[in-house]
Amino acid sequence: MARDEITPPQLYLHRREFLALGAGSLASATAVLATARACAAPPPPAQKLSIAVRGKFTTEEKPTSFEDLTHYNNFYEFGTDKVDPAQNAGSLRPHPWQISLEGEIKKPQIIDIDQLTKQFPLEERVYRMRCVEAWSMVIPWVGFSLGNLLRRLEPTSRAKYVAFTSLHDPTQMPGQKRSVLDWPYVEGLRIDEAMHPLTLLAVGLYGQVLPHQNGAPLRLVVPWKYGFKGIKSIVKIRLVAEQPPTTWSRMAPREYGFYANVNPQVDHPRWSQAKERRIGELTKRKTLPFNGYATEVAQLYAGMDLAHNY
Amino acid sequence: MRWLQPTATLILSAPALRIGADALRGQLGADPIANALHRLGFWALFWLLTTLACSPAQRLGLRGALKLRRLVGLFSFGYAVLHFTLYLALDQGFDLGDVYADISKRPFITVGMVTLLLLVPLAITSTSGWVRRLGSRRWQRLHQLIYLAAIGGVVHFIWRVKADLREPLIFAGALALLLFVRIFDSISSRGGRARSSPRGNS
Repeated sequence: MARDEITPPQLYLHRREFLALGAGSLASATAVLATARACAAPPPPAQKLSIAVRGKFTTEEKPTSFEDLTHYNNFYEFGTDKVDPAQNAGSLRPHPWQISLEGEIKKPQIIDIDQLTKQFPLEERVYRMRCVEAWSMVIPWVGFSLGNLLRRLEPTSRAKYVAFTSLHDPTQMPGQKRSVLDWPYVEGLRIDEAMHPLTLLAVGLYGQVLPHQNGAPLRLVVPWKYGFKGIKSIVKIRLVAEQPPTTWSRMAPREYGFYANVNPQVDHPRWSQAKERRIGELTKRKTLPFNGYATEVAQLYAGMDLAHNY
Repeated sequence: MRWLQPTATLILSAPALRIGADALRGQLGADPIANALHRLGFWALFWLLTTLACSPAQRLGLRGALKLRRLVGLFSFGYAVLHFTLYLALDQGFDLGDVYADISKRPFITVGMVTLLLLVPLAITSTSGWVRRLGSRRWQRLHQLIYLAAIGGVVHFIWRVKADLREPLIFAGALALLLFVRIFDSISSRGGRARSSPRGNS
């Protein structure tokens, strides 16, 4: 897809209408919108990735448009509105970028993103993504299995969980100036979940380097879990013995658990998880257990009470 | 002040026209239903609090504010009805079983529904004919339901939000201020009856 096919970001926010009408005139509303549009950062130049493997674990469903994938993001480090990250993520500097690999491994190291990406053949995988807010997308990710990286680091026998940390730098991530969440964003997986071949470290989408607002330069993708497990802009991966804290479950433990497996039978306390709206569609569709990946992953949770371990 | 009502009508309908225009041009973003739903709810609550602000505004010297109160209140009701209709028709696809489950199981939707129902008798009895029929005292009693509706609307907004409470808390603050003015007024008018206006506790 060519860059110039992409239309400029949506700036018609009710907050702007609110400010403008508060000032009491439609003329000022127009002025505010015009200014906002002029201030929008130009998109960074796209960088193509060379993909070695296509189609592994790929769904045949129609991918969500590049425009929607890049202008409907939950990435509170750049603001809490869905369109905020597209507007504000220009300040992120994903190159050069160091990732610390540490904890219960025989080969702890700090590695640059370019070096890391070169170590593994990149695969394109079209995954469903189900947000805990009951909407979903289909995303053509580019990346490599987290398990491939972990095996190379040689985990010790004490490594039972993997803890991930996002960048914490309010100069690059202006949303961190407000404590909407406990910064930095942290996430975690059980080691068997992390080693599962579906679990992906993504470095791109639609065949190009990850746009800033999608979690550049490196993010986690766990397609059978709610989207918030997919931690973005990772700076640290640490193997640990105990279950690590995770941002959303720390913030609201009754609403968000450690596992966060997509489950139509276990509702969020404030809304139903039985259905979802696929972005680009008007009517809702039924949500599938494990987001449709039950055949691949259900055995990881054999014997567990998933209503309790939500 | 013949321009007052038409100007107010224009301003009051502007957000809805804007949402409509955005919808027609496909500019409601990736999840248009959620976008329109949120904006309609936002403006229903905004105009509801504006309705409550009319009488203090009049006293602060904004002449004409009280004359607009009924209009603003009716617009608030209109936005709330559109908000609910969109939820019913597009968000839930007229699946009444689901809607019933949603309303009965989810406190934030229950509160939203109750808030809308509270506004219905207020909208119906908003005409001067109804003031006469009920008598001004009983009419005023009935219309105090607006305080409950405003609280319900703010709670509905707060409960909906995942983490960023900035917007709903601005509304909560504005409502607290408006309620404080009311309470302060009723206490001070009880203290010195001579100062109470013939309109009573508007």
